[in-house]
Amino acid sequence: MAIDANAHVNRRGFLKGAAAGAAGAAALTMPGVAPGEASAQAPAQASPAPLTPEQASRNLAAETAPLADEADVQTVTDPGSDFMVDVLKKLDFEYIAANPASSFRGLHESFINYGGNKSPEWITCSHEQAAVNLANGYYAVAGKPMAVITFAPSGLHHAMMGIFGAFSGHTPTYILVANILDGKERRPAFDWGPHSVVDPAVAVRDMVKWDDTPLSLQHFAESAVRAYKMAMTEPRGPVVLVVDATLQENPAGDRSKLRIPRLTLTSPPAGDPNAVAEVARLLVAAENPLIIAGDVARDEEGMRLLVQLAETLQAPVQGGGRGMPNQHPFSGGGNVRTADVILALNEDGLYGRLNRYRDQQVRSSTPLIKPDAKVLSISAYDLYMKGNYQNVERFQEVTMSIAADPQATLPSLIEACRKLITADRRRTMEERGKRLAAASAEALERARLECTYGWDASPISLQRLALEVYDVIKDKDWASVGGNGGRLWNVDKFYRTMGAVNGGGIGGSLPIAIGGALAHRKYGRLCVRFQPDGDMLYVNTALWTATHHRIPMLFLMHNNRAYHQEVMHLQRMANRRQRGMALASAGLPGSSITDPNIDFAQMARSMGAYAEGPISNPKDLRPAILRAVERVEKGEVALLDTLTQPR
Amino acid sequence: MIMRAIVLLTVGLVLESASLGAQAPSAPAGNAENGKKLFVERACWQCHGLAAHGGGIAGPRLAGRVPAWPAFSRYVRRPTEEMIPYTAKMLGDSELADIYAWLRSIPAPPAVSSIPQLNRK
Repeated sequence: MAIDANAHVNRRGFLKGAAAGAAGAAALTMPGVAPGEASAQAPAQASPAPLTPEQASRNLAAETAPLADEADVQTVTDPGSDFMVDVLKKLDFEYIAANPASSFRGLHESFINYGGNKSPEWITCSHEQAAVNLANGYYAVAGKPMAVITFAPSGLHHAMMGIFGAFSGHTPTYILVANILDGKERRPAFDWGPHSVVDPAVAVRDMVKWDDTPLSLQHFAESAVRAYKMAMTEPRGPVVLVVDATLQENPAGDRSKLRIPRLTLTSPPAGDPNAVAEVARLLVAAENPLIIAGDVARDEEGMRLLVQLAETLQAPVQGGGRGMPNQHPFSGGGNVRTADVILALNEDGLYGRLNRYRDQQVRSSTPLIKPDAKVLSISAYDLYMKGNYQNVERFQEVTMSIAADPQATLPSLIEACRKLITADRRRTMEERGKRLAAASAEALERARLECTYGWDASPISLQRLALEVYDVIKDKDWASVGGNGGRLWNVDKFYRTMGAVNGGGIGGSLPIAIGGALAHRKYGRLCVRFQPDGDMLYVNTALWTATHHRIPMLFLMHNNRAYHQEVMHLQRMANRRQRGMALASAGLPGSSITDPNIDFAQMARSMGAYAEGPISNPKDLRPAILRAVERVEKGEVALLDTLTQPR
Repeated sequence: MIMRAIVLLTVGLVLESASLGAQAPSAPAGNAENGKKLFVERACWQCHGLAAHGGGIAGPRLAGRVPAWPAFSRYVRRPTEEMIPYTAKMLGDSELADIYAWLRSIPAPPAVSSIPQLNRK
């Protein structure tokens, strides 16, 4: 056949043309892009130089020559990542959060096509810090882990603050890290460096409970189940599983030789019966017992037990997080200075609770408790501690220490107390209970009075903002996914608040809130979040994740136009050094978020949320909240940019 | 921890006020209008709020419960809890008196009973 050299392009030219053509076609048919939106034009292609007949002949010969053997292996019918999806499905993950990356392209495709994008459903995040914190927030509400997938090194590095938050907050977030261990499988220019690390998990090993790098699919199955079990064993914490890209993309092989182990979760450890009996004896005999509780309750049952202990002893509970209803007569009362027996439950900040520490030029610390006060600790945190990243305070001496899970220990402790309470002790306890209830009622009235100060202030007082919101939502099935409504919000159910979830620093709480709202969604709860402006500026595109995945929630900005905590710290330094006062009212360089002011409503609208603001007049709040709540109840994300007092 | 420190600060101020207020010399005359300006310029608002209504864990409410002058001025100069110290170099005596005058002049807030949001169950 004669060849018209001028009518053909060479191979390179053909590929260029095909690419340009594909781009053009994609611009016309790309999902979600309306005609006219895709304005980018492919650059005009230069006409290829005409080929000589010899060149054309050589090219044709090369293009029609038989393929080399290795080029024949272009498809796979049962990739390893399909089996990995089977393993993860068996662990019953509801969601997996990720920012996409080529190192886990195999798993990504398997989740969508093989797994049907269900259990787990893929949650698209724009940053790995957002992905991990979304999972942290989800656990706080759902009570079970959410999976996250990222890659080494950069995705994992982005994720580190969220992982640190999971470590600090005892959150069992399940993190998969894709890597390409085998050098011969790494694509030149792409995978050496940007997608490969010798030991990825070392970057976070100091803040996860366990990690592994499986080298076979059976190893993956066993380690995946072990990782889940380790994460959920008290005290809970994050785990990392490295998933090799080659293992994902190669064939699974003989499936009959692969087995997914059964998951059996470990029961939380209850306290030693003899030690628990002694704790009961001391508590029942105490004149002024005080319960200081950290993150004790895992669920509604934990809350019921903590209340039961307080009512059995007629004793006040300080802290307790979401384990203690905030308007219960015994919530928040008592005094460490007068207590004779103090029971600390999962309190990893016990030193700070029992000592007075002053942040002046020379730090000082003095005990607050009576010298003969007995301090009893029941804590699961004694069972697990890390050396490099530490989330404990100075060492606090205690009278008795029981390494055990408080929720698992409370039934036996309550029973032991009941057996020891005589009629005489009961009368004493009931008198104490009456005093505590009266003090609690007074405290509630004081909280109401406090709200009146600054009620009409502009910028808006935080108390007014909280009360205006509560007035609209209080008769609905609401849940706070971050921020404090204060004592006047009746936190009567476990799910009303988020507990001790931790984002590892500023920037973490926005995605945590979205993760919490994601877990609340199936129950139809109205989720509310007080959102600090500084935190919003870290991974604000998490808002898009909320709108994209139809996670309804209401954001109220705590917009004080500053990293105000740091403003106060700088003021402390300036005063201590007796200089720099002129900066106070003008805004401190490095801490103010002004000039220009950020339009958070516009930012939210750009990501598909309903938004209003800035709102600075407190009288405008109620109608705006009503409009926003109406949108949220229809399934939307709404944000009100409210200009607030600094604190 | 911070919350507890603030509570202690408040308690400390009230106790000092109670113990010293009876025999205390009266406050020097101050210019309330200038005091309001200084409250902002000298950063008091950062912790206590622009209306001195209290900044939650950062600083207690001062509106409506200003301690007697001796306790107030002594505490500002040498706080015994978490407050930032204000030496005379940072805030002169007359300036402190102006702030004190403004704090004393802040009108009472609306009554709890007049705010529906605080009364609806």
